[in-house]
Formats: sequence, structure tokens, C-alpha cells
Amino acid sequence: MTSLDTQGEPILLEMRSITKEFPGVKALSNVSLRVMAGEIHAICGENGAGKSTLMKVLSGVYPYGSYTGDIVYQAETQQFKDIRASEAAGIVIIHQELALIPELSIMENIFLGNEPTKWGVIDWAEARKRSLELLARVGLREDPDTPIKEIGVGKQQLVEIAKALNKSVKLLILDEPTAALNESDSQHLLDLILGLKGRGITSIIISHKLNEIEQIADEITIIRDGKSIETLNVKRDGVDEDRIIKGMVGRTLESRFPDHEPKIGEVFFEVKDWTVGHPQIQDRLICKGSNFFVRRGEIVGFAGLMGAGRTELARSLFGHSYGRFIKGQVYKDGKQVHLRTVKQAIDAGLGYVTEDRKSLGLNLLDDIKTTTVSAALNKISNYSVVDTRKEFSVAEEYRKSLRTKTPSVEEGVAKLSGGNQQKVVLAKWMFTDPDLLILDEPTRGIDVGAKYEIYGIIQKLANQGKGVIVISSELPELLGLSDRIYTIFEGAITGVLDKNEASQESLMKLMTSARKAA
Amino acid sequence: MNALKKLFGGNTRQFGMIFALVALIVFFQIFTDGRTLTPGNVINLFNGNSYILILAIGMVLVIIAGHIDLSVGSVAAFVGVFVALAMRDWGFPWWAGVLFGLVLGAVIGAWQGFWVAYVGIPAFIVTLAGMLLFRGFNQFVGKSNTIPVPKEFQFLGSGYLPEVGPETGFNNLTVLLGLIAVAFVVIMSLRARATSKALGADVPELWVEITKLVLICGAILYATYLFATGRPGTSFPIPGLILAVLVLIYGFIADKTVLGRHVYAVGGNRHAAELSGVQSKKVNFLVMMNMSVLAGLAGMIFVGRSTASGPFDGVGWELDAIAAVFIGGAAVTGGVGTVIGSIVGGLVMAVLNNGLQLLGVGADLTQIIKGLVLLAAVAFDVYNKSQGKRSITGLLMKNFQRNNEIKPDETTSTKEVISKEA
Repeated sequence: MTSLDTQGEPILLEMRSITKEFPGVKALSNVSLRVMAGEIHAICGENGAGKSTLMKVLSGVYPYGSYTGDIVYQAETQQFKDIRASEAAGIVIIHQELALIPELSIMENIFLGNEPTKWGVIDWAEARKRSLELLARVGLREDPDTPIKEIGVGKQQLVEIAKALNKSVKLLILDEPTAALNESDSQHLLDLILGLKGRGITSIIISHKLNEIEQIADEITIIRDGKSIETLNVKRDGVDEDRIIKGMVGRTLESRFPDHEPKIGEVFFEVKDWTVGHPQIQDRLICKGSNFFVRRGEIVGFAGLMGAGRTELARSLFGHSYGRFIKGQVYKDGKQVHLRTVKQAIDAGLGYVTEDRKSLGLNLLDDIKTTTVSAALNKISNYSVVDTRKEFSVAEEYRKSLRTKTPSVEEGVAKLSGGNQQKVVLAKWMFTDPDLLILDEPTRGIDVGAKYEIYGIIQKLANQGKGVIVISSELPELLGLSDRIYTIFEGAITGVLDKNEASQESLMKLMTSARKAA
Repeated sequence: MNALKKLFGGNTRQFGMIFALVALIVFFQIFTDGRTLTPGNVINLFNGNSYILILAIGMVLVIIAGHIDLSVGSVAAFVGVFVALAMRDWGFPWWAGVLFGLVLGAVIGAWQGFWVAYVGIPAFIVTLAGMLLFRGFNQFVGKSNTIPVPKEFQFLGSGYLPEVGPETGFNNLTVLLGLIAVAFVVIMSLRARATSKALGADVPELWVEITKLVLICGAILYATYLFATGRPGTSFPIPGLILAVLVLIYGFIADKTVLGRHVYAVGGNRHAAELSGVQSKKVNFLVMMNMSVLAGLAGMIFVGRSTASGPFDGVGWELDAIAAVFIGGAAVTGGVGTVIGSIVGGLVMAVLNNGLQLLGVGADLTQIIKGLVLLAAVAFDVYNKSQGKRSITGLLMKNFQRNNEIKPDETTSTKEVISKEA
């Protein structure tokens, strides 16, 4: 079934000079990809390089005929006309945004669209038996009747894989599988992928987390600007992160963080005994008497595992927009301030850039200029009439100073890439002129080049004398950016480290233990 | 085709709908042997539909905010009967009746707004309840009888601009109004152009702008001519005047004010709006309340036109208003829609109704045709949005698509930006 390459190794998949055009845009031009049977093949590239498009071509989302080039899979040229056709051939794609139905149980999700039937009626006994086997294979110990919404993202990812295994997958495509996972869930998932490799399942993995790729991939194909640049063999070529980045951006990045000379002033923002209850569950606390402060011109990092309560802390501070407020005080410039509504928080000089850009941060129907001014409409309006002239010039100013890549500020934000969307959100909050800007995962889903720019913006804001809080799951990012780092574990602040005493190890220790704050 | 595209730039739907409206008018003008564009018929058309168009103005805001209001017909009837009673039995003068009606509308709106915004019950349910509630109240209070209204009040629904000034063969006030409208349109678009230019934004070529202005002004002047040369005693109708004023006010609110922005923001993404400091509850409350005020006004105009309030006033109005809004380009999911679009959508329905009547098509067939038109208009829009690739309509509309499409795949859209940059 499989053909062999020159070294006599079996080739599972070969995509030959794939070109895919959208009206007016060449998303892929002459991309080639060769995947050996039984390997883990990583695809790297900046956002917008064409990785996902390539995978959509492969999985039949873009049907045969809508692209040019050949897909040779198991030594046969394939013409997938939809996802079902590619799945029938054993190619299963797991998208970044999981395709599970929250209200249905694990079992129902696994067999969705593929239900075992007897005389046309679903055979639940058989389904249960098979789902238990599948869950055991992916190492998920949950009752198959548990609704999906009750298990975490990490476990949901495992359910997706179980679902794929049920379709007797030969080639598993994972698009950013660990983007939303914490460290230990990620590790479990990576181990699982390695385990599947041992059972002869080939995987293609798309990821921004280069350390993970380095850890599990056999080969790496780098795509840049819709073209395949090179394929590296991890063992043979001795690939490391810098080497991958070089391929992705087409140059070596001297440093991943811009140079920054902090100008730190006095303490101006202080939170005392901040205690917040879970919005639904009565007795559960999501913030347990947190105390912290921010100095002028300081970038303060908040480190913690997924679910530790970092976002919850930030959002409850920002106008009580999450959870049940129980007690706690906020002091700004020595005076107590009350932040009961988002409006009060904004008026008090706070800004909050959410981690969930698409569902909480942006109105995707809006254009850039409307979004830019949306949190400070009063600044560009007289007697509540919006001055569209000012609106345009404000948006234009930020477009230039943040170097947002867009044909015009009248472009819809939905059409921008993640990095440029984030710049628009930053512009929106910069325009409110906050004293304290809280950035929740400011570089999630953003490519390396744009990250560098965003770091630069953050540092500039700090140099203007603003306080900046950065919440991030990426420890290297926190270490590179912050002047001081607080660690959070299960809703409580467990420690604070200065830039020079913090390391991944020391942070990780504090992030995973209930040790009392120093 | 390129010229046409430039001319009608802006959003796909508006282009499509204005085109459809003109095509419909031309079609009926031909097939009714010229009976469509006569002064009498055009005046009738306005008189008979102004209240639906007024409802459409409120409804588009409700729908932009992501809700719906099924109660407008019942609220209109409820306000109508109370106002009629107030004038007949309680001795209210006509102006106090009007004021009373508006206040009553506001109170009802506050009631519905409270449940929608502060309790969080879906507007569909609240207004479905309201539909039953206020219809019931109308018939209970009015004892299912018709209640006549005084002459002065009837002016509201069936009055015309009076004859003043020298004998010109035209209705002078109507002509004046038409000229003011033309001047307004010209000044506004030239100012907008100057502003855009000053800011360095893209402006359409001058010939495009001028042709557009000539077409619009021509249409206004022609309408003025029709209204000004009607049967003696008729001219531009008062309901039309009220409508025009409302369109200006609400168009301005939706487009240019902070409140308007907030309505779009809440409808587009409520969570994002709240995290930007928008008080979404207040916005929802106001939008629902406003709808009932306008419903009250529409009810009063209708009562004025039919000289009496009755137990079946306003039956089915909500559906006409909602249809107008969706034909006019609003999205069911909220966040999208314009006041002008809804008026055009309402006019499409009105012209269709009127033309089919002139052709002698029965009410049964008229309904069938209207249903198909609604479906086709929205289907056309949905199809357009789902078309990433070129199709005949897709090609035609390629450059008009903006804002309203959300691609799940962020990476492909990045490409577009990058390639445009390059």
C-alpha cells in the first residue's frame, strides 16, 4: 500500500505542489509535504503562514477541485470531496476549537455521527463497552455518561482523540492541541501522541509551542507566507527552538524580548484581602484574601496554572465582572476606590485586556476604528454625539504607532490576524489612558514576530509611568517581561519573586504549592 | 457593472434592496399601465404604511440589540383605545391625548424592558406575553367596541400639509419640503466627502459622488412632484412627515451617538461590550422601552386614520415590521442593521402590496408572494455570506462584503491582510 522513499522508508502521505487561492489571495503556493508512516510530523509557521489551510485541503474541508496539486495518500492519489471522505480513508483532524457538544455525554460525543446501531436503533450497550475501551486507551478515567461541559479542556482534548481512534484513524492531525492546556495536561497529551505513534498511528501536529515540537516531533516542515520552506529532521539535523524560529521568520531573532530599562516609581495601586466567591458554587472561593501591589512603571507578572484563578482575580477587580464579591479593598494613589461596575473601574483608571479575544474582547462585526474608541466613547464625543472625524484620526494614529497591518481602519476586525486583532484591542485600552493595564494572556495565539512587537508596546506603556499586570501561562514570557512576579495557586497568592531571583523552576514550585506568601 | 458597484457602494444588502425597490416600482408602473406612480396612489401608499415604517424604526434597534418584539401590534391597539377613551370620556384635548399615548407607551415599554433587561427573560417570551396581555386589555377596556376620536386627532393619521402662499399649481409646503430635503442631502454628502478627504480616508471618485447625488435628488424631486400635484386637498401626508422626522432622529441616534454605538455593541457581543464599560442592561431596557413608545405612536396614527379605535387594530403589525427589518438587512443574531435599510425594506413590502392590489391579485396570493420575497431576501444574504468563492452574485458583490462575515479560520484571513500589505 505504501510507497518508499529513496532511503527505503515508507511514505504515508505526500502533498505535491498544493496551491490554494481565495478570491484575490494565494493562501498556499506550491506547498509540498511528505509524511513518513509512523512518524510525528510537525508543521511550524507564523500565524497566517497557511498551516491550517493546508490541513483543510488535506482533510477535505476544501474539496478536491478547489485547489491544485496532488494528494497522494497510501500510494494512491486522493480526491476528497468532504471531511467524511477523508475520514473514511483514516485521516482525522482535531481542530483547535474543539468540536464537542457540551450538553452531551462523553460517550455520546465519541459516537456522534458514527453511532453503533442494531436494526437502526442505537446500541448503547455496545457504545458503552467501546467507549470504556477507548477511554482506557487515551488514559482518561471518567464515567462515559459525564457531560462534556463538566470536564476540563485537557480531558475534552482526550475525548476528541478517543473519538478519532473510534474512526480507526491512520493519520491524526492535531491543530494547536495544547494551546489551551496547562503544563501537566499538555505533557499527558504529548505522551499520548507518542504512545499512539508506538501503535503505528501517524500524527501531524501544528503548534506554536516550539519546546513541545522539539520534544516529540521526528520531522518538522516549516511554512512561511504560503510556501513550504524546508523540512528538518529533528534527530539528524539537531534542531532546536532557535533553528525553528529562524526558519519561521526567515531571519534569526537576536532576542525574543526588546531591550528595556525599567523606570520604577512608587507604589500606586494596592489590593488588600481580596476575596471573591465562585459565581455558581456557594462555598467555593476563587480568590482567597489576595494582597498585592503595583508600582508606577512596573510590569508585574502573574503566574499560575490553568484554573489557578488569575483571570478570575483580574476580572473580579475589573468592576466585579466575575464571581461574587465578598470582601477586600482597592487603594489607588493612597485612596480607597470602589470598582463595583466596569464603568467605575475604567473611570478609576483601570483597563483589562481579556484572554479570550474573540468571545470577550472584540465585537467581530465592528471595524477597527469603532473598536478602537469603544471603551472611551466619551473622549471623542460632544454631548454624547460621536465625532466621527476624531474617531477616524484616533484610530489612524494607533494604527500607525502600533503598526497594525491593515489596508485601512475601516476594515472589519474579524478579518485581521490574531496579532493585529490584539493590537487593536491594545489600542482600545491605551486610548482610555489607564493608569493600570491588566493584560490577560496578551500573546495567546500570536506569532513570534507580533509577540515581539506587543512586548515592545507593553514596555513602552510601563515607561510612560503606567502600571502593567501581565497574566501569562508562558513562563519564559513572564520571566522575560516582568519586573516582579506573583504566583497563584488555587486562588491564593503563594509568593512573589523579583526578576533576578525568579526562574522557571522557582516559579513552578510556587505555582504548584500552597505555601504561604512571603 | 463596475460603475454600478461604485455608485451603490456600501453594503451589499442596501444595494440589493434599493435596486429591488426601484425594479419593483418600474415593474408595477409598467404592468399597471402607469397607475403606480400617480399622486393619488403614492399618497395612499404612504398613508397606509407609515405606521408599519414607524414600527420598523423601533424594531430595527430592538433587533440590532439582539432581541425581538412581538407585542407591537397589541401595544399599538392598547394605546389607541386608551387615548380614544381619554378624549371621548375623560375630556382630554387632542394634544393631551397624544402626550398621554406616548407616556402610556413608555410605561408599557418600561414594563417589558424590566423583564427583558433586569430579570433576563428572553424578549421573545416577554413580548409574546405582552402580545396576549395588551390585546386582551384593549378588548377589555374598549369592551370590544370601536371608539371614535375627534377631528383634530384624525389629522394625525389622515392630515396633509396645508395650502399656503401663492397659487402655483403645486402644494407650496410640499415643494418647500422637497427642496429642503435636496439641499440637506447635497450639503451632507459634500461635507462627508470633505471630512473623509481631510482625514486621508478613501473617497469615491467625484463622478461617482455626483451621479449618486443627481440620482437621489432626482428621486426626491420626482416624489415631491407627485406629492405636490395630488387631488386638491391632498399633499404630503402628516404621517409621512412624522415618519421623515423620526427617520432623521433615529438614523442620527443609531449612527452618531454614544447610545447608538452601545446598541450595536451589545448586539454584536454583549460580553465584550460589558467589559468595555457598556451598561448592557440599561441599553436593553431603553431599546425595549423605545419600541413601545413608537408602537404607541403608530397606534395613534392608525386610530387617527381610521377615525376610531377598534378591537382588532394592529393585528399582525409585528410581523410586517419584523419582515421590513430583515428585508432591510438586519441580522437575526443582532449587531447588524440600519434604520434606512429597514425603511427601504418596509417600502419594498409596501410597494409589493400596493402593486399587487392594483393588479387585482387576491389577498391569498399576495401573502404567498410576500412570504417568498422575505425568504428570498434573507436567503440571498445568507448565500452571499457563505460564499467565499466566486459565483455570479458573489462576483457581483465581491467588494461589498465587509464586517458581517466572520471566518472561523483566522489564519486564512491573515493571509489577505498580509498580501494586501505586500
